[in-house]
Amino acid sequence: MIRVKDLTKKFGEFTAVNNISFEVGPGEIFAFLGPNGAGKTTTIKMLTTLLQPTSGTMEIDGLDARRQANEVRKRFGIVFQDPSLDGDLTAYENMELHAVFYHVPRKIRGERTEQLLRLFDLWERRNEQVKLFSGGMKRRLEIARGLLHTPKILFLDEPTLGLDPQTRNQLWTHVKHLNQTEGVTVFLTTHYMDEADRVAQRIAIIDHGKIVAEDSPQGLKQQTGADSLEEAFLALTGSTIRDEAASSADQMRQFAKMWGNRR
Amino acid sequence: MSVIYILWLRELRRYVRSRAQIVASLGQPLLYLVVLGFGMGPVFQKAGQGNYLQFVAPGVMGMTVLFSSVFSGMGLLWDRQFGFLKETLVAPVPRIQIMLGRTLGAATVAVVQGLLVVVVCVIVGFRAVHLQTVPLALLFMALIACLFSALGTAIGSTLQNMQGFQLIMSFLVMPIFFLSGALYPLNGLPKALSVLTSLDPLTYGVDGLRATLIGRQHFGVVTDGLVLAVVAALLLAIGSRLFSKIQV
Ligand SMILES: Nc1ncnc2c1ncn2[C@@H]1O[C@H](COP(=O)(O)OP(=O)(O)OP(=O)(O)O)[C@@H](O)[C@H]1O
Ligand SMILES: [Mg+2]
Repeated sequence: MIRVKDLTKKFGEFTAVNNISFEVGPGEIFAFLGPNGAGKTTTIKMLTTLLQPTSGTMEIDGLDARRQANEVRKRFGIVFQDPSLDGDLTAYENMELHAVFYHVPRKIRGERTEQLLRLFDLWERRNEQVKLFSGGMKRRLEIARGLLHTPKILFLDEPTLGLDPQTRNQLWTHVKHLNQTEGVTVFLTTHYMDEADRVAQRIAIIDHGKIVAEDSPQGLKQQTGADSLEEAFLALTGSTIRDEAASSADQMRQFAKMWGNRR
Repeated sequence: MSVIYILWLRELRRYVRSRAQIVASLGQPLLYLVVLGFGMGPVFQKAGQGNYLQFVAPGVMGMTVLFSSVFSGMGLLWDRQFGFLKETLVAPVPRIQIMLGRTLGAATVAVVQGLLVVVVCVIVGFRAVHLQTVPLALLFMALIACLFSALGTAIGSTLQNMQGFQLIMSFLVMPIFFLSGALYPLNGLPKALSVLTSLDPLTYGVDGLRATLIGRQHFGVVTDGLVLAVVAALLLAIGSRLFSKIQV
């Protein structure tokens, strides 16, 4: 369903994604894990046509993600790591806009919206402007919106960031349900290893822009002789914190980032 | 079609909800009208040019539409900042539709803002001379709005963040306003200034407004309309091209 080959993204001198290749089969739940700044979001942005890769090829459902961008966009849904709501609009209007973008037929639009807003406990506040919501509520709305149309592939970039355990549970149950009943392929990132362990069938671990391991959760644990996925993760990526002040390499990275933003 | 409509509607919803901003944006036109209108009046009269308030009001309307449409068009920058832009860019919709929806929305907002200023003008004492050409004035307002919304979108597509905004205001939008003849008559200008004014698209907008509202023209409505339409079409094309290249 997703086929990536020799994918590289450079921001100026800095290589955020370094020559990675992987495949995700149809109906698979695939977790893409890695420390902060490893290149997960950058990879997702390239897969979702938001960013042009420096080199390499990406195939989504047999389509070239670079050349057939608009066809590819019909195939996936995404929950971004960063906010992407319109704060001046109400929750309901945000959903409505999304439904129109994704050509959800008018008849099921209202029904689906209500169902999802209820599922994520936002229905009572549907007519309030989103900028008045709490962080977690905004996050819930992002997720509800991402699930409004049923795509073939669902990209979830740290969807549970800042969510309470109840909502996290709700989300993964729903995602698994979609995967089982509709065969939706899921590509997710998270920093909660227990979540990845619970839902993912296969995991790739990326560090400094390179994939360092790729296996089932069970396989990763065996490979490293660890009891939990968290231990396996630490064994594979080391235990140094990815802090900008930590090393000169990281300082360089920070510098590259400043430049990138200033362009 | 419905994508264009919903994005157009979004711009209007946002506009209606920003009441404080609506009121605030009436302040500047009012200042120009009252202070300049009455302050310059006697000199203007003595120079044999007639009533300055009558003369400057169409200029102030043009100014309002200019500022409002560039500003709304550059709303793209806010969307980039707050992240909503990503949501529109991953949507399975041709980007030209997204660009059109936004730009038409921005243009509509600018026309509404312009009409509010028309009301202010009338309150201050402005009177249109030929009532039958007033609908034509509305058309000119719409043309100005489309042209500068497209410009705003084009600029918004190329800027990465808010820092460039001030730069654009000082070195593009303000010159466009001051060179447009909104505040002074175009005849008898020094050669250099005269060339510059004739390169400024807003000049034709203001001239069109003046022609249709107070029956005083420099280039004539046909020239004005043609220039505006051609430049607007050009900027729309450039804007949608730049918009389709955005990466976030
Ligand atoms: N537009 C950009 N310009 C310059 N550098 C960038 C840009 N976007 C990302 N980077 C850099 O690329 C690297 C990878 O970033 P990315 O957002 O992909 O990390 P991530 O794996 O998603 O991390 P996190 O877990 O913190 O979300 C980081 O060092 C980041 O600073
Ligand atoms: Mg990330």
